[in-house]
Amino acid sequence: MKRTLLIGLTLALAACAPAAPAATPTADGPRTLRVMTHDSFALSEDVLAAFEAEHNVTVSVLQSGDAGSLVNKAILSGETPLADVLYGVDNAFLSRALQNEIFEAYTPIALTGVPGEFQLDPNHRAIPVDYGDVCLNYDKAFFVERGLSLPQTLDDLLKPELSGLLVVENPATSSPGLAFLLATIAQYGEDGYLDYWAGLRANDVKIVDDWSTAYYTEFSGSSGQGPRPLVVSYASSPPAEVIFADPRPADAPTASVVEPGTCFRQIEFVGILTGTPNRDLAEAWVDFMLGPQVQQDLALQMFVFPVVPDTPLPADFERYAQIPAEPATLPPDQIAANREGWIEAWTDVVLR
Amino acid sequence: MTLAGPRGEGRSARGERDRVFRSSLLALRSSPLLLTPLLFLAVFYAWPLGAILARSLAPEGGLDLGPGLAVLGRASTWSVIGFTLWQAALSTIATVLVGLPGAYLIGRYDFPGKRWLRALSGVPFVLPTLVVGAGFSALLGDRGVVNQALMSWFGLEAPPVQVLGSLSAIVLGHVFYNTTLIIRLVGDAWARLDPRPLAAARTLGASPIRAFVEVTLPLLAPSLSMATLLVFTFDVASFGVILILGGPRFATLETEIYRQAMNLFNLPSAAVLTLIQLVLTLGLALAYNGLASAAARRGLNTGATGARPRPRPVRGPMAWAALGFTLIVVIGLMGAPLLALVGRSLIGSEGLSLAAYAELFVNRRASAFYVAPFQALLNSLGIAGVTALIALALGLPAAYVISRPGRAARMLDAALLLPLGTSAVSLGLGYLLAFSRAPVAWRSEPWLLPVAHALIAFPFTVRSLVPAWQGVRARLRQAAAVLGANPWAVVREIDLPLISRAVIVAGAFAFAISLGEFGATALLTRPEFPTLPVAIFNYLGQPGALNYGQALAMSTILMLVCALAIVVIEGLEPEDADV
Repeated sequence: MKRTLLIGLTLALAACAPAAPAATPTADGPRTLRVMTHDSFALSEDVLAAFEAEHNVTVSVLQSGDAGSLVNKAILSGETPLADVLYGVDNAFLSRALQNEIFEAYTPIALTGVPGEFQLDPNHRAIPVDYGDVCLNYDKAFFVERGLSLPQTLDDLLKPELSGLLVVENPATSSPGLAFLLATIAQYGEDGYLDYWAGLRANDVKIVDDWSTAYYTEFSGSSGQGPRPLVVSYASSPPAEVIFADPRPADAPTASVVEPGTCFRQIEFVGILTGTPNRDLAEAWVDFMLGPQVQQDLALQMFVFPVVPDTPLPADFERYAQIPAEPATLPPDQIAANREGWIEAWTDVVLR
Repeated sequence: MTLAGPRGEGRSARGERDRVFRSSLLALRSSPLLLTPLLFLAVFYAWPLGAILARSLAPEGGLDLGPGLAVLGRASTWSVIGFTLWQAALSTIATVLVGLPGAYLIGRYDFPGKRWLRALSGVPFVLPTLVVGAGFSALLGDRGVVNQALMSWFGLEAPPVQVLGSLSAIVLGHVFYNTTLIIRLVGDAWARLDPRPLAAARTLGASPIRAFVEVTLPLLAPSLSMATLLVFTFDVASFGVILILGGPRFATLETEIYRQAMNLFNLPSAAVLTLIQLVLTLGLALAYNGLASAAARRGLNTGATGARPRPRPVRGPMAWAALGFTLIVVIGLMGAPLLALVGRSLIGSEGLSLAAYAELFVNRRASAFYVAPFQALLNSLGIAGVTALIALALGLPAAYVISRPGRAARMLDAALLLPLGTSAVSLGLGYLLAFSRAPVAWRSEPWLLPVAHALIAFPFTVRSLVPAWQGVRARLRQAAAVLGANPWAVVREIDLPLISRAVIVAGAFAFAISLGEFGATALLTRPEFPTLPVAIFNYLGQPGALNYGQALAMSTILMLVCALAIVVIEGLEPEDADV
């Protein structure tokens, strides 16, 4: 009994050791800025340290699931915001965030340099930071060995020779899955997309619930060595296959299809949460996210592309990441008004 | 060791009245003991759940069931409810059948490696489903070990084993996870079973089967029914197994609540579904309550009041059959997918390599939010330790009360099932709402994590402690009291030493549950405090061989730590603490 207690106490102490930073600022100690974000958030140590030093602030990051749960949690927190600033809401969930008024307006100076196509909120409550394209990724070796030609359009995925080769995430549970569904709606319209999906189903498309299962369990181009050579992933996945490999391969084992209309562009936004007691720090954070340091840091930390034009990209990105010239897009209002209906109808056609 | 049976109990009407009187007195006296666990449940379960339900069903203050009830009008909702019960029933039956031989073996026999077998059977229970899914696909997937071997041996063109993504995979996954509950809970009760009724039946000429059905089974009924109900509750509320092993074609209440709340943000529908799930669980809890009181009336729920039989060495066909079967289950069913995973973690781009393990110590991106996997491991161990302490602090008084006869005890026992059968999504969102303002602005406090874990572990610690406390014979307490010990001294000097083994087992349970917990962890908004399962999830969310390798390497480490923790903690137990 005593020994058990001892062990328990030791463990309890171990738990207390890496305690979270104090939330209450002392008179001259650093203040705390709370950043609510998704689980993929990452920044370089030195970049963050520079921000903390410049503003005499400690950044406390609250990771809150994927983009959808992030917004839901912010909405439910209502009048007493969980954090001062929220980063990571994307265009698929933007309208939900705006309609529920979770953001306060702020116009950073750097926004003037950001192309209009990224500025989806004219009232500047949600400020664009980065974008990424959800595209078909393919296993290069498979297509070479079989002598198969790559799909160039969404229609090509219905060809009999590509039967049983594609794996897609469930749009109800996965962000890239939703993006791909939106690409098909942009292409075939609200009246035609279900017929297209019925065709995909007839051509033995595989649906899984999350990106990890699609990419690592089903996709043959990843280290999981699944059975299918075509997967819905990101245009930035091929450089990741090079960067996160040891020894580095001479060439990426996978690549993206970036033909017009086959990719869907996801734009990520930052916003100041309504009711924050630290408005000045929150503004500084928004400026920081659009500043050159973070914009350059985004590619290698989060595998997304900066919205500020002419930001230099790492060499691996220049070489392996393909940026589609004409990605599919849909207005956020249209997505917001129809998202649930589209997904329900899709579920009935494809899964039931 | 003295042999003392139930013959001392008064059987006259007056004795019965006395007994009832005494038990109600006891219930009164133990009400302060009930306060802590009840307060805990009220603050960390009932209140947050009430908050989210109120917000969902009465957003403007007035109750408006219209939008939520619309979900009941849909045929798909009813098929979801039907499927939830159907898969849970199938899974539970399979789990009980697979687990019983192991429970018999662990309860009745002693053999070398018993402790390891017991510990290993507990490893699956604590692993996150994402890891288990990867293991099953490495074993049974189209390019898994089994299919590759079969294809090369028999020269097949297509992979012959197609289990994943079917109802069978869901059942298999549930058996994989929950068999240990049957082995432990029923095995423990079996070990404490009074051997004399069975011996008497056999002496009187009953065949082994008849003696089992008519004597052993009824004596085991309370623990077996509770373990079965726990498994069923788990299967009803299952989330990861359905999504990852079943795939998107299958929907249960829990996955549907997640979809409605998180993806569609349709809170009214999610709330109505949560209530349905709650009613189901409540039904299960009442069923258990009924079973328990029936058992109490028949005088069967204290199968432990006799001498505890010493486990025998494995001898005879029954014992060998049980041992063989259990080995097949633990090695073949539980071990194989995990070993396939370990194998994958050791394969680099050029054959066998430890590259993935070496990478665990490298912060390749110099990321500020990089958490060294070793730190994540420490976080996990610390949180698990605190969870075990909280769960024991709550479980000890609760189990004490439950181990006394009486209605209040049975009601509390049944109420403990509720958190297990409640949607983690709803509860997680409820935490956000309930703990948003001072003086309870706790929603991003790091300690909320072990508290949430303790809520899950609580029923298990109680379940492990109750039989032990029932096994402490009243006479020892009475003797101590007669000799002048006050009630607290009686508990300290008599009860605690006698139940120390069960305390350790209960703590190990809570510890292990916390180590592998992912669902609640993911739903709380947490500061920089990732646990090992969260870190694994994050690595599996990024492309690249090293990320995948690290996820597998960390899964392997998590398995080893779980197994070791259980072995070490159970190794502390005194050989036989019973008097």
